[in-house]
Amino acid sequence: MSITVKYFASLREVLGRSEERLELAAGTTTVSELWEQVADKQKTLPKNVLTAINMEYVKADARVKDGDEVAFFPPVTGG
Amino acid sequence: MKVEIRKEPFSPCREVENYQSLMPKAGHFGAMASFVGTMRDFNEGEEVREMVLEHYPGMTEKHLESICREAAAKWDLLDVLVLHRVGLLHIGDPIVLVAVWSAHRASAFDACRFIMEDLKSRAPFWKQETLVAGKRWVTRNTPG
Repeated sequence: MSITVKYFASLREVLGRSEERLELAAGTTTVSELWEQVADKQKTLPKNVLTAINMEYVKADARVKDGDEVAFFPPVTGG
Repeated sequence: MKVEIRKEPFSPCREVENYQSLMPKAGHFGAMASFVGTMRDFNEGEEVREMVLEHYPGMTEKHLESICREAAAKWDLLDVLVLHRVGLLHIGDPIVLVAVWSAHRASAFDACRFIMEDLKSRAPFWKQETLVAGKRWVTRNTPG
């Protein structure tokens, strides 16, 4: 399956990229499993990292499916 | 109801006036409550020179629209305007404007606060400050 992953703010700087398209083996992957593939290997999803699928907040155990846009970002500081 | 993310500086008073002049419900409302957040020259004990605000295009608007709809379901509102800056900001620049129109003041005050607090804690925006020496990402907002 094909997905898009986006990173924002300090996470974008740490990972050195803002967006990427990934081809994943078919089957179920959760947002936290995806993080382990895109971040430095073996690093688990930090508790304060927020996650979204298709621009809606989701929990770390949410399932990713073909065509999804997944986003990882730090705590928000607007306003 | 209008939600807008803007790269250019804005005048909150002018925005409220313009928006209100176009409201078809003019004459129906008895109250308008607004909040304006402005860029300070200090944060966490350090002098701040300027600031860059980043957002998640698409999700930010979608999230703000859902907050406004939630407020409209909780209170009896006539209209809502949310305007938020992104890009490079200077000291004293307005960052955010939330304005709420309703028949009576209680709904306007309460909904304005509700929208603003949700925006601060959930809307995907991030601030990076330029200090006297170097830059840093803001990691948390001041409690309301």
